[in-house]
Amino acid sequence: MSAPTTKILYCRCAFAKVVPDGVKNEVLEGLCASGRDFDTVSDLCEMAARRDERLKTLLDGDTPVRIAACYPRAVKWLFHQGGAPFPDEASVEVLNMREDDAPDILDRLTEPDPPATGS
Amino acid sequence: MKNEIHPFQVVVYEGAGARPWESSCRLSVTATLLDQGYSVRHVSGAESAARATPVSEAYPVLVLGAFEDSTPEVVDPAGKVTITTRNTGGLDAEAIVEMVATVREEQGSGLNRPGENGAWKPWFPVIDYDRCTNCMQCLSFCLFDVYGVDEEQKIQVQNNDNCKTNCPACSRVCPEVAIMFPKYQSGPINGEPVKQEDVERESMKVDITSLLGGDIYSSLRTRSDKAKSRFSKERSPDKALNERKKCLTKLQQSGIIPEEVLAELDLSSLPSPEEIQRKAEQMAKLTGDK
Repeated sequence: MSAPTTKILYCRCAFAKVVPDGVKNEVLEGLCASGRDFDTVSDLCEMAARRDERLKTLLDGDTPVRIAACYPRAVKWLFHQGGAPFPDEASVEVLNMREDDAPDILDRLTEPDPPATGS
Repeated sequence: MKNEIHPFQVVVYEGAGARPWESSCRLSVTATLLDQGYSVRHVSGAESAARATPVSEAYPVLVLGAFEDSTPEVVDPAGKVTITTRNTGGLDAEAIVEMVATVREEQGSGLNRPGENGAWKPWFPVIDYDRCTNCMQCLSFCLFDVYGVDEEQKIQVQNNDNCKTNCPACSRVCPEVAIMFPKYQSGPINGEPVKQEDVERESMKVDITSLLGGDIYSSLRTRSDKAKSRFSKERSPDKALNERKKCLTKLQQSGIIPEEVLAELDLSSLPSPEEIQRKAEQMAKLTGDK
C-alpha cells in the first residue's frame, strides 16, 4: 500500500459555538487514533484575520489537502482573505463539520490516497 | 489587531527516537491546547517526506515528545525558526498542557485565548468574490471603515478589527449575497450555499432602493452632496450625537442591526462628522468613476 500523502487540517472553531461539540470532538478523537500525521488549528477565522503565515504553509506544495472545518464557501474565501488562496479547487477538499456526520467526515479525512499511476 | 498576538506552533512528535503517547493523552492535550488558542501539529514520521508541511518562519516552534534518550536539541539550519524541545516522558495530559503554557510565557508569546476577558472574537465579513460585483454598497453602508478598496478599486475587507462583534448588517444589504460571516448561526450569511430564494430576497431589497431613490449611484451622489451641507451645520457635538441616536433607532427598528449589538455600541466611538464626510466624498468619487 502506498503511503498516504494527503495533508489533513482540522479546525477547532474555538472562538464560537457554531460547530456542534459532538461532531468536532468525535472527528478529533478519530484523528488522534488514526496514526496519521495531521495539523490542527484553534480557529481558521482568527488566523485569517491576522493573515497568519501558517495558512500559506498549510497549502504549500503540490500535496492535496483535506480540511475539516465549516461551509466550503466560507473556508475558501477565508483562506483567500487571509492571503492564502486555494491553489486550485481540485486539490483542496473542505469537509463541513457544521452539517455532516463525524463518521463520514473522518472516513473521508483518513481515506488512503489512490495508488499513483505510472506513466 | 486589538491584541498583540505572537503565537507559536506546538508539534507533538511521536516518530523515531520517541515513544508514542497514549491515545487518550494525545486527544486530551490536543483538545485542551486548541481550546486555549494554540495550533498543534502531529508528526509520527511514518508518512512520506513529500507530505511534510514546513513550519512557518514567522513563529517559534515547541516540539513535545516522549524521547527515549535525552531531549534532543533541534536547530533550524537556516537560523530562522526558534525551536524548543521538551520531554513529556512520565507526564500526564494536564502536566503537558502546563508545560506548554510555561514555555510560551518564557518566550513572551501572546495568545488570543477563546473565552478569556479581552480576547478578540474573530468576527468580520468575508467576501465571496465569485458573487461580488464590486457595487460598493457594503463600503457605503458600513460606518466603521471595515471596507476599503485596493489599488485596482476592488472592494476588500481592510480593517476587520473595526467590525462590531455579532453585527451582520452589511451582509444583509449586499444585493448579491456575497458577504459572509462564518461564525453567524444561519445561512446564507454563515457561508451556506446561496439558494435562488436568497438572491430573490436581495433583489427585492434593491428594487425597493430603486423605488425610493431611482438610480442608486445617483442617489448616493445626491446623499453625499446633502451630507456635505448637513455636516457644515452639525458642528455641535450634541446635535451630531442626537442625530446618530436617531439613525441608530431607525436601524434598530428596521431589524438590520441586532438589538444587542446596538445596545453595546459606544456612540462616542462612531466616526466623527469629518470622517463620515471624507467617506461620503470617497464614495461619491468611486461611484462617479463607475
